[in-house]
Amino acid sequence: MHDVIHDLLGHYNYWIVIILMMTGFYTVIARPNLVKKIIGLFIFQTSVFILFISMAKIEGGTAPIIEEGLSVYSNPLPHVLILTAIVVSLATTALGLALVVRIHDAYGTSNEDDIHVQDEAD
Amino acid sequence: MDTVVQILSWILLLGGAVFLLIGAIGVLRFPDFYTRLHAVSVCDTLGAGLVLVGLMLQGGFSLVTVKLLLIFYFMMFSGPTAVHALAQAALRSKLKPLVDDPDSR
Amino acid sequence: MEHLIDIVLLGLLMITGFAIVRMKSLLAVAMLTSIYSLLSALLFVVLDAVDVALTEAAIGAGISTILMLATVTLTRDEEEAPRHTPLLPLAVVTVTGAALIYGTLDMPHYGDPAAPVHQHVASTYLHDTPGEIGVPNVVTSVLASYRGYDTLGEVTVIFTAGAGVLALLGYRTRRRNIQTRKLVVLRVIAKLFFPLILLFALYVLFHGDFGPGGGFQAGVIFATGFILYALAFGLGNAQRVIPHPLLRIMAAVGVLMYAAVGIEGILLGGKFLEYGVLADDPVTGQHLGIMLIELGVGITVAAVMLIIYYSFVSRRD
Repeated sequence: MHDVIHDLLGHYNYWIVIILMMTGFYTVIARPNLVKKIIGLFIFQTSVFILFISMAKIEGGTAPIIEEGLSVYSNPLPHVLILTAIVVSLATTALGLALVVRIHDAYGTSNEDDIHVQDEAD
Repeated sequence: MDTVVQILSWILLLGGAVFLLIGAIGVLRFPDFYTRLHAVSVCDTLGAGLVLVGLMLQGGFSLVTVKLLLIFYFMMFSGPTAVHALAQAALRSKLKPLVDDPDSR
Repeated sequence: MEHLIDIVLLGLLMITGFAIVRMKSLLAVAMLTSIYSLLSALLFVVLDAVDVALTEAAIGAGISTILMLATVTLTRDEEEAPRHTPLLPLAVVTVTGAALIYGTLDMPHYGDPAAPVHQHVASTYLHDTPGEIGVPNVVTSVLASYRGYDTLGEVTVIFTAGAGVLALLGYRTRRRNIQTRKLVVLRVIAKLFFPLILLFALYVLFHGDFGPGGGFQAGVIFATGFILYALAFGLGNAQRVIPHPLLRIMAAVGVLMYAAVGIEGILLGGKFLEYGVLADDPVTGQHLGIMLIELGVGITVAAVMLIIYYSFVSRRD
């Protein structure tokens, strides 16, 4: 019993992150609006960032900025990777939204079902 | 002296939190967009200001306090401006405020 | 106590996530995404990732929200009801989620100092940074010096995104301005804050060695100042302040500056992106190299953010 509680306290972070990831995934595959899909992708990416950063945390540590008198620092390597990933997520979102604007101009709608109907009618 | 500063800072922090809570309750309970906006504007600016002053007392005389002072200045200006812009936008898009109807009394 | 703040923030994130899935009004969804980014920035601060929190707050809650709002106003702002049943997606999502949760049962406990990720390279970085590079912020030293090659690729990715948006959406020069009468308060405050925001961006850029900060955050904050100006005074005025050809040149100059620092290293006898040979003393060389590349990154990021903003907003007529 004590083991189960210990496991729960050690892992609840990851489980909530997986719930967020699945929320984003569901938005991408189930909602027909293109802007909603891109926002779902954004939620997915942000939840992955939280997963990495919570793996980097050390109990009793502090931010990885070297100061006198502190000896335990959180791991800086995932922070660097996630910094890159945040910027790449911005690039993806910007390009995705630009594509949505162009699709809306071409088809007159930003709903995936209507676009399929128009494509099949050609 | 140190205890007095600590107690004062705690009072300010808790007071700020109480005002933010009141603002949040106001947003949920008020009937109309403009009244909700008023609740947010007044209570959030005051609450954030009190929290910042409480943190300044905790920081003492150091660089952190100067940075907090700059953040305080920024929040005092930008909070009401943002709400003003929201209210202007709502008026411009013809959202009518809820007026009291004397016939229904 | 920290666990309590963690759980509350993660709970709020879940509630916001579910609200984003369910809401029909896309303007509200854009606002909820901004709240989601701010909450994750708070969570990053609690998890001791201060650089990442600053970047997420600037990029997620700042630029991404503006782009989503611009897209929603250019397309429709209500979502229609889905026409297929959600059973198959729900089943797929549940199975994937269950598989992932089964996969996390083997992961090390949250906060465990003996986890495999903390052995190997990370302790070397923490150990060697004061001696070899002399910069207190270890994230900056890893980003700019130890893994500087990855950051060069990242700057190129941002540049490519700017070029891609420019190719997709094009750009039209606006001459018409919006009316002045009703925006007095916003204009005064925008004029008051504009120089302060730019100054703060420069502070974040050059102070990235000693605290949270660096090129990416600084570039985004710099661009945000100009976006505030453009929102209050109209796109025509903003284009007179910082015209589009200048932005294109700035975007390229940043990437070129970064690559030039690398090639300078080769010309002075070292390897590509070796900063130690840039000055007499290796540590001074590291400082100089980090400062130059952060400047390059900041210039490119600011220019590309503004290019993307101009491309989106100049499409409204």
